[in-house]
Amino acid sequence: MWQLFVRWFHKWSSPKWFYEMSKPWSFWLGWAALLITTTAIIWGLGFAPVERLQGNSYRIIFIHVPSAFLSEAIYVTIAIAGAIGLIWRIKLAYYVAKICVPLGMSMAFLALATGAIWGKPTWGHWWVWDMRITSMLILLLLYIGLWALHNAMERPESGDRAAAILALVGVVNIPVIKFSVNLVTTLHQPATLKFTEKAPMHISMLIPLLLSILGFYLAFLALMLVRSRIEILRRERKAKWVQQEIEQLGNR
Amino acid sequence: MNPKRKQRLILILLGVCGLTVAVFLVIFALRQNLNYFFTPLEISNGAAPSEQVIRAGGMVLPGSIAREDGSLVVNFKVTDYAAIIDVKYDGILPDLFEEGQGVVVIGKLDDNGLLTADSVLAKHDETYMPPEVTHALEQAEKAAK
Repeated sequence: MWQLFVRWFHKWSSPKWFYEMSKPWSFWLGWAALLITTTAIIWGLGFAPVERLQGNSYRIIFIHVPSAFLSEAIYVTIAIAGAIGLIWRIKLAYYVAKICVPLGMSMAFLALATGAIWGKPTWGHWWVWDMRITSMLILLLLYIGLWALHNAMERPESGDRAAAILALVGVVNIPVIKFSVNLVTTLHQPATLKFTEKAPMHISMLIPLLLSILGFYLAFLALMLVRSRIEILRRERKAKWVQQEIEQLGNR
Repeated sequence: MNPKRKQRLILILLGVCGLTVAVFLVIFALRQNLNYFFTPLEISNGAAPSEQVIRAGGMVLPGSIAREDGSLVVNFKVTDYAAIIDVKYDGILPDLFEEGQGVVVIGKLDDNGLLTADSVLAKHDETYMPPEVTHALEQAEKAAK
């Protein structure tokens, strides 16, 4: 069993194998993501019922929550990929970690922006310095730091390693964001969606929200595969198979 | 696994776990300062400084909202079901401000325990329900009594 896993892992960690095998995956994941996200957003914005206290303004939840979830999940992905790169010295893991940074950064920014837009009509303020919001801002700053590290180095390999270490140090921020609303008093409300309990949300709002989250996750996977392939072509450009592939792409 | 990789794996795991423990110890130690607001119980116990801008949070006590005629001044009470504080506010309240709903008030506490607020923030909970469902639930609750 373990041997099988190791063999599978070695196969997928080869840039060439990954490049070939991920092609159909990104295609289907991308279309599924587009379909599910569009359905969820139209459902959420147009057909879900109004909320008893917040009226229509709660509808931003269908973008706010998926983007916030994703910004944390992408950070964990980057940290794990960075750890794999540092421990096993696998180039592909570094490539994946690098191309995830702009995706996570945009999701963190989107979560903060939609949160501010939501905060004004419900709380009465765009921004407050409570622990949830501040730790989310730190997440965005960490992403900017990772991005800067990747681009500041002369050799991309040094950027990969430096960014992997920063990603691992910053991963402690993820449980801080998660538990900030339970540990101290915050203006932000506690989590609605929990694995342990039934969500205190009506089913007619819950279904489009869960669909939207699924759609965002699928979109991330599709974009991650596409961007990884581009990064493989860029970084492995001296390999013979990459030169052949580029020639073929150029002829089409 | 070859020993060098194993060493790096252990180093990274220990590093991440150690850092997490350290950060959470710091958070627990500084918990009082990381709180966004004081609860009415803490204020009545004297934990909040007076004549200094503080934030206080809790529920608006039902039936406690009193508006003054001819101005925007509104008096209400905030409770955490353990203690009650009086709040006076002169300004426009957020839409979600209602009896029985969460609220965070920012202002100064005087010696009599009256909090004069500069701004009032509405705090909402994690429940999302359509109005008809809430209405139906209330009706069912009444019928059960």
